[in-house]
Amino acid sequence: MENLIALLVAAPLLGAAVLLCGGRRLDRSGHWLGTVLAAASFVIGVVLFLDMLGRSADDRALHQHLFSWIPVEGFQADIAFQLDQLSMTFVLLITGVGTLIHVYSIAYMEHDERRRRFFGYLNLFLAAMLLLVIADNYLLLYFGWEGVGLASYLLIGFWQHKPSAATAAKKAFLVNRVGDIGLSIAIMLMFTTFGTFAFGPVLSSVGETGEGTLTAIGLMLLLAACGKSAQVPLQSWLGDAMEGPTPVSALIHAATMVTAGVYLIVRSGAIFNAAPNAQLAVVVVGAVTLLFGAIVGCAKDDIKKALAGSTMSQIGYMILAAGLGPIGYVFAIMHLVTHGFFKAGLFLGAGSVMHGMNDEVDMRKYGGLRTYMPVTFVTFGLGYLAIIGFPGLSGFFSKDKIIESAFAKGGAEGWILGGVALLGAAITAFYMTRVMLMTFFGEKRWQPDAEGQPPHPHESPKSMTIPMVILAFGSVFAGGFFSIGDRFLNWLEPVTGYDHGHAPISAATVTGATVVVLLIGVFLAWAMYGRRPVPVTAPRGSLLTRAARRDLLQDDFNHVVLVRGGEHLTRSLVYVDHTLVDGVVNGTAASVGGLSGRLRKLQNGYARSYAVSMFGGTAVLIAVTLLMRAV
Amino acid sequence: MSATAVHSLWTTAAEPIDRIKAPDIEYAQLAPVLIIVGAAIVGLLLEAFLPRKARYHAQVFLTLLALAASFAAVIGLAQAGYGTSKVNIAAMGAIAIDGPTLFLQGTILLASVVAVFTFAERRLDPEAHGNRIDSFAAQAASVPGSEGEKAAVRAGFTTTEVYPLVLFAVAGLLVFPAANDLLTLFIALEVFSLPLYLLCALARRKRLLSQEAAVKYFLLGAFSSAFLLFGIALLYGYAGSVSYARIADVVDGSVRTIDPVLADTMGNDALLLIGGALILMGLLFKVGAVPFHMWTPDVYQGAPTPVTGFMAAATKVAAFGALLRLLYVVLPGLSWDWRPVMWAVAIVTMLGGAIVAITQTDIKRLLAYSSIAHAGFILAGVVAVTPKGVSSVLFYLGAYSFVTIGAFAVVTLVRDAGGEATHLSKWAGLGRRSPLVAAVFAVFLLAFAGIPLTSGFSGKFAVFSAAAEGGAGALVVVGVISSAIAAFFYIRVIVLMFFSEPKADGPTVAVPSGMTVAAIGLGVVVTLVLGVAPQYFLDLANQAGTFVR
Repeated sequence: MENLIALLVAAPLLGAAVLLCGGRRLDRSGHWLGTVLAAASFVIGVVLFLDMLGRSADDRALHQHLFSWIPVEGFQADIAFQLDQLSMTFVLLITGVGTLIHVYSIAYMEHDERRRRFFGYLNLFLAAMLLLVIADNYLLLYFGWEGVGLASYLLIGFWQHKPSAATAAKKAFLVNRVGDIGLSIAIMLMFTTFGTFAFGPVLSSVGETGEGTLTAIGLMLLLAACGKSAQVPLQSWLGDAMEGPTPVSALIHAATMVTAGVYLIVRSGAIFNAAPNAQLAVVVVGAVTLLFGAIVGCAKDDIKKALAGSTMSQIGYMILAAGLGPIGYVFAIMHLVTHGFFKAGLFLGAGSVMHGMNDEVDMRKYGGLRTYMPVTFVTFGLGYLAIIGFPGLSGFFSKDKIIESAFAKGGAEGWILGGVALLGAAITAFYMTRVMLMTFFGEKRWQPDAEGQPPHPHESPKSMTIPMVILAFGSVFAGGFFSIGDRFLNWLEPVTGYDHGHAPISAATVTGATVVVLLIGVFLAWAMYGRRPVPVTAPRGSLLTRAARRDLLQDDFNHVVLVRGGEHLTRSLVYVDHTLVDGVVNGTAASVGGLSGRLRKLQNGYARSYAVSMFGGTAVLIAVTLLMRAV
Repeated sequence: MSATAVHSLWTTAAEPIDRIKAPDIEYAQLAPVLIIVGAAIVGLLLEAFLPRKARYHAQVFLTLLALAASFAAVIGLAQAGYGTSKVNIAAMGAIAIDGPTLFLQGTILLASVVAVFTFAERRLDPEAHGNRIDSFAAQAASVPGSEGEKAAVRAGFTTTEVYPLVLFAVAGLLVFPAANDLLTLFIALEVFSLPLYLLCALARRKRLLSQEAAVKYFLLGAFSSAFLLFGIALLYGYAGSVSYARIADVVDGSVRTIDPVLADTMGNDALLLIGGALILMGLLFKVGAVPFHMWTPDVYQGAPTPVTGFMAAATKVAAFGALLRLLYVVLPGLSWDWRPVMWAVAIVTMLGGAIVAITQTDIKRLLAYSSIAHAGFILAGVVAVTPKGVSSVLFYLGAYSFVTIGAFAVVTLVRDAGGEATHLSKWAGLGRRSPLVAAVFAVFLLAFAGIPLTSGFSGKFAVFSAAAEGGAGALVVVGVISSAIAAFFYIRVIVLMFFSEPKADGPTVAVPSGMTVAAIGLGVVVTLVLGVAPQYFLDLANQAGTFVR
């Protein structure tokens, strides 16, 4: 059975190779090939999953050793896979949502002449992402990590003729590099500390290692997670990444790739458990990002950017949960999975709306779309209810658990984190209601597009709506299915461990509070956007609103601190290079050249001078020889 | 003088003839040398008896045949185990037949074959009066610029004596690294030096420069021979013998019997130290080490270019062989005394050669200084005083010979109306006009610079790692710095050839005959093979790295 693991990666990898190398012959059929191979990978995943269910909880992990990449004494780099419950969860999410989005893209990208290439990149992404989650060592994980970064770069910049898309792709790539450096340093530290890359030996020998080293490794892993999962301070790329085609935003920048940071932290849980300071940094990052993303989401008029802020915020919840240690690992992953469903559904819904509205993204130019796009409205609405945590839907169960866990951390830390999580839930309800109201309710504020064509909103074709419907099912039922009888907890606990914590207040109280803040958020949004007409041009807004529209000044901060600072640093380095380094180099060259010119004069062509030189040399030779003996 | 004394002299002389013991000569083991000497004498006879027209072909054929036969003899001896298991001291203790001897003799012979190819080139210059001409003077005895010279050119004379001269020189070179006593060493030195002095004077063009070079070489060579000979005398005074083994025994104290005649001098360390230093100086002169190098640029520039290539390769190989044997067989017990001095010589040689080369404007002088710098690199391997030091030097010498001869062969191709265009400014843009020739020359320059995938890198790596293992880390540092300096002027020539505009009145590249093509081609092939897959040859040098004593 374990021999199937490699096929998980091989199927989409084959698709990527064929589609990207196949040339125009595949233009007409390439998207089918890509979709079938993604589905094949999903089927393999399901087969492996059923097989795994058939075994006892302690015996579920599968290992496959493909080959030794660099078999050197003391440096073993293996291409080997490990499929345990945690990896299995990701495999099903990635291949399942991935397949749905492949299907959706067939219609969405129908008029794009580079559709074959698009599917090639999507397959490449699937292969890299699967490699990331089934690797059995950090080096191979790093390979997949870089692979998804590449796929993300290619797909954000897919419409590279648009300068904004090209810039956004570059920005995403560069910001991710910062995080990747963290991962590479962490891996180097691991190798010098543990002498291996493999999860098993590294994580099991944590106990014999000093806390300082573990804290360093943990912080570097956190840096990597911040880059890939768009957490403060490396969050700036995610909003711009919405320049990519909407299916890409749904798959990569909502459901899967951006959650890789959560995977990394949960997978490395043993390291964080033993390094409380690194763990504290994780929860701080999670809490800050949770609020940061939510506030940004409140102010954005671009539907995709509002959703991007929401993604950031929801991943903040996951990171927060992951930073809580064994109390939160399971719920981080559970929220990750439910979020995968409803956020992908929301993005696909947004794409469906854009599809019907001449690719308009400004929500102030939507309004009243619920009757024109009933399927989109219902599925988007279910996703909306799920994300705000409406009782009974997926998000309710998973988010509620995270808030409970935050309180259960205990002490002042627990109260603060719990309060932040609750506040975040209120803001989430606010901005998602705002999106819902501005898009589907109120009067029509439709504007003609650049060519003067008024939009004719219509429902999207079946191949787009069916994936949305399926994801909506997940949005509604997944959370309940996971939570009832603690199914998900029992499933993951053997891998991640679990701890109840010390809840200062009862779970029912937390749930009640969550529902209350949810209602407050919804009501506020209705008061501002439902009761009053929405102006087509955005009002000036308060200082906070304006700052939030500018992504809370993240780019301004980066520009002033990093870009300007970098420029100054570069300039001073160039100055040092020109004066000091070049001075030394040129000075050396000049002095050697001058020496050469002077020595050359000794070669005057007279045999007598040469003879003197030989005689003198011999005299010195003898003198030194005798002297050496004398001393 | 009394009558009885006279009588006793008479009777002594009249002792029966069987009192003189005939020496045992192992002719088979000396075959490489004997073949060459015999062929040289036959060559002289050919000069005397063959008609002028027939001499060129006969001499070239004879020379190559002799070199090939001699090389075959070397291979035969090596196959018979004389390099490894059956090492021997032949000819009554005069010649050592061991690994280094055979390896170096083989190298010298191969280098000589390649050099003779360039000697025999007759296509580079246009025919003069219907006669093909080579690099050598029409008639060596005629005064440059005289009527007699013009008549000789008109008559189509050529100096085919160069071939017997080369053979005599090769004979001396073969004996030099094999010499196992100081007198044989000295005689071998003179046997190869005298023909070389003559060969240097035989350039067809720029004859005055050539003759000046020969006279300087002769004067300074004689000067250094005098030092060498004096050193031999002192060492004899110290040890009572000229035999390497005997001197070594006295040096390390295993022989204490004192010859009554030499009672005042034997075992006197001052004699040993001064004599050793003087002999070292004589050998360092031949390898061109600073400060005994000053003849090198003038002679390399003035001598006919094929002769320069021959000298730069074969002479250096033989001289380093003799130096190795002297230091490793005769004076190992003294290494604490000579190592610091040799360190210093190696350092100034590496730096001096590399630094002065920077400001050279003539390609032949540039290559001369380059050869000085390389002598320094090889010395770094010599002072290692380990078996690895010996084998690395052997490998370096083999690799370096082919690069050198090839490079000088390329120099013969680039010509203008005045013969070879050796001024560097004329080489500007050569890569545009003759990409192949420039590319080949670039390969040789990269090998000189020690860039990986060329033999220069393998060789340098070998000597430097041997030096480092031998405890001469500082020497390696200086060596690497010198290599960096040297890389500058090698690369500069490449830049000049490929990235400068060609001059309007620039030189042309002559189309050579197969002879020069073979010499250059062999150079390139050996350079690349020793650079890419040096292991076989390193192993060979390792096997050959032990001296007999």
